[in-house]
Amino acid sequence: MSEHKGPPKGAGPLARREARLAWAFLAPTFAIVALMVLLPLIANFWISAKPVGLADLRPPEPTINERVRGDGVAAGEAVEVIYTARNSSPNLPLRNVDFSDTIPEGFTATVDDPRCTVEATAFTCVIGDMEPSDRVRLEAAFVPDRAVEDPESLLEGSAPTITGSGENPLTNFTFTTENFVKVFDADEFWAVLWTSISYTVFGTGGALVLGLFGALLLNQPFKGRAFLRGLFLFPYVAPVIAVAYTWVTLLDPNSGALNAILQQIGASHGPINFLGQTSMGSVSVLGYTIEMPMALTTVVVFEAWRYFPLSFLFILARMQSINTDMYEAAEIDGATPFQQFWYLSLPQLAAILATLFLMRFIWTFNKFDDIFLLTGGAAGTRTLTVNVYEQAIGLSNIGAGAAVAVVVFLVLLAFSLVFFRFSPKEG
Amino acid sequence: MIARGGFGFASGTTAAVLAGVVFGFLWMAVIGVTLALVTGLPARPPLLAGMLAGLGGAAATLVLSGGTRRWGAMAAALVVLVAAALGAPFGLPLGEGTLWQALALLLFAGLTGQSLWMCLGDAVPGRLRRYDFERLIIRIAKGAGYIVFSVFVALPFYVMVMTSLKSQAALLENPLDFSIDITRDGLFSSYTELFTKFNFGTYLLNSGIVSFSTVVLTLLISVPGAYAVARLRFRGREAFARSILLIYMVPAIVLVLPLYTVFSQLELRNTLVGLLIVYPATTIPVALYMLQGYFRGLPAEMEEAGLMDGLSRLGVIAKITMPLSLPALASVSLYVFMIAWNEFLFAFMFLDDPGIFTLPRGVASLNSSELPRELMMAGAVIATVPIMVIFVWLERFMVQGLSAGAVKG
Repeated sequence: MSEHKGPPKGAGPLARREARLAWAFLAPTFAIVALMVLLPLIANFWISAKPVGLADLRPPEPTINERVRGDGVAAGEAVEVIYTARNSSPNLPLRNVDFSDTIPEGFTATVDDPRCTVEATAFTCVIGDMEPSDRVRLEAAFVPDRAVEDPESLLEGSAPTITGSGENPLTNFTFTTENFVKVFDADEFWAVLWTSISYTVFGTGGALVLGLFGALLLNQPFKGRAFLRGLFLFPYVAPVIAVAYTWVTLLDPNSGALNAILQQIGASHGPINFLGQTSMGSVSVLGYTIEMPMALTTVVVFEAWRYFPLSFLFILARMQSINTDMYEAAEIDGATPFQQFWYLSLPQLAAILATLFLMRFIWTFNKFDDIFLLTGGAAGTRTLTVNVYEQAIGLSNIGAGAAVAVVVFLVLLAFSLVFFRFSPKEG
Repeated sequence: MIARGGFGFASGTTAAVLAGVVFGFLWMAVIGVTLALVTGLPARPPLLAGMLAGLGGAAATLVLSGGTRRWGAMAAALVVLVAAALGAPFGLPLGEGTLWQALALLLFAGLTGQSLWMCLGDAVPGRLRRYDFERLIIRIAKGAGYIVFSVFVALPFYVMVMTSLKSQAALLENPLDFSIDITRDGLFSSYTELFTKFNFGTYLLNSGIVSFSTVVLTLLISVPGAYAVARLRFRGREAFARSILLIYMVPAIVLVLPLYTVFSQLELRNTLVGLLIVYPATTIPVALYMLQGYFRGLPAEMEEAGLMDGLSRLGVIAKITMPLSLPALASVSLYVFMIAWNEFLFAFMFLDDPGIFTLPRGVASLNSSELPRELMMAGAVIATVPIMVIFVWLERFMVQGLSAGAVKG
């Protein structure tokens, strides 16, 4: 009796079986997320502290080259052979490099080098350590016991073998802070950070405002509403590469339609290089001179154009779910349309607008493709994410790229903390 | 609408002036530019005359009454435009493309008059209650909004298609001339060139294979996972359900360098298999999140009945849960397909061998100063059309997928 008092405590066998099944169901998800997201995330921190360039991605290997001097030789006459061993890596040393070559039948070999030992059918040389891009030259003399017409093909017929161990630059324990020093010391770092933040703030804001207007346009039913709703989603559904290149074509200063239109209707006098010009002039406000960016504004407009459909969908869905009784009551009380929007709709939309802003903020900050395809980061549009690519691939320094990626991640983490602190709590 | 009479800022007249200027300007810009684009004529739309014509139309709607308002507005817009533009309503001599000009003129007058009538049809000139005035203003703003949004969204797509049908030389000569001579030989020469010389058939196939496989892999892994999160009790369930979306906040650019280095050393980099490992990893978390939300909404009783009748858990998922969630599965599949089809960064970083390019990678390879623009645009059209067809055809599911998964950008 004493064992069965009250409800059972802890997990019973059934509950344990259910939990085991749950973990089995989730295991593949865990595995792929751990391998493709968490591990790379950690690896990125690791790489950021390592001196690795694009060229180091292949581990260093020794190479050997054999050159035979002399054409036909008589018996007893020496054939000179020159071996050149090389470290193929420009950055990493090689250890324990040895090479050996077989001595063809009928030849005697003499190698005048303390590193080499000659045996009956082969000789071996111990080269030891090789610095990056090092070359080692060894001379050997082969003396045949008969006349040989073509010693070259005979001697080169046996390829020398070379062995040596090079460290994998990614897995060794050489660390450096140079990548971070380089990233923070660069003159443009703060400019890049600033560009990133303005792009994110204005791009997110623009997409949200356009989304709100779009939703207001389609909130009431009318003929053609479904068509317009579909049309408004096009920019987001189309591949980014297609729309980005289309904008590049459309905005081209020489053959672009937009410049032609602006000139035709008299809005501008010469071609405007929307994506290639850093500044569109400066404005003075209260004694401060503000430089108005051109290319950055254009990419912000693109961002707003491409991502407003997402905010639009959310806001429209929220609008449609607002109870209409409220508006009827407001009508009876004589509230004007603007008052209804300001005092009734907007408070109802505040939560979704805040959530959207924070979500889109983070996603815009993460964006790489759009700017990369539009400007490649030129003309004052280089954001942190584009800088990751520029450092890693453009300047072939994977380590420095990873260091910028670490900065991206840390800034993002800061945003996320703010996001979870201020995000509206739902159920 | 109640007329209060007298004058003041909040009057029908103010609204009419605003409407006239806005619609006159917008329709002149839209129709004038369209005329230039469609015919290739060097039209110079006179915006000022357009605004005056709009004002004329607006005046007519206010002054006239009853059924004559609409036609009056159109006629007034027409007459004022011709007069204000000194007989050259689109900045062209009347002899040039007369038929097109007449058509554009009628279109301008018709659309301006119609817009004005729809906004001001019940307006009166005098002072208005604030309520009625605001209604008028909102109507005008909405009308302008429809025009501006539609043009803003559609113009790039129009340019994309039209540029792909033109030649570089013609484009440089007159960037505004998008007139298409249907009888021209080689209208689709860019497309045939892409398919014959640039392997776009292979890219299309590769993109299809990669996207389809990504959908299958994502569903295979995320359906059991989502079921576990939605239905099974285990420690850490709530924490897991909440944190799954955090994975999404990790930017691709942070992942791409480590994956690039590791895949290079494992010789997975320049392969489609490499993409098929990365793509599902980016889509599984959101698919799992979307599906578990849907599974939670399904009645658990049916599944319990299935368990009672001797089905295993997998049997329950396959025979009961899946058939009930077909709409959700369709949305998730379409959304995942779209992400994989449009993916650029990993394809760009991983693929070097033109034999295995996906479409976005293939289009990127056309971005060269040695290749004409229209090839690039034709490539863009080829990459866009399939996903657009799917979107238009299955819009309901696609929109559901977008709104559920739109946390990702």
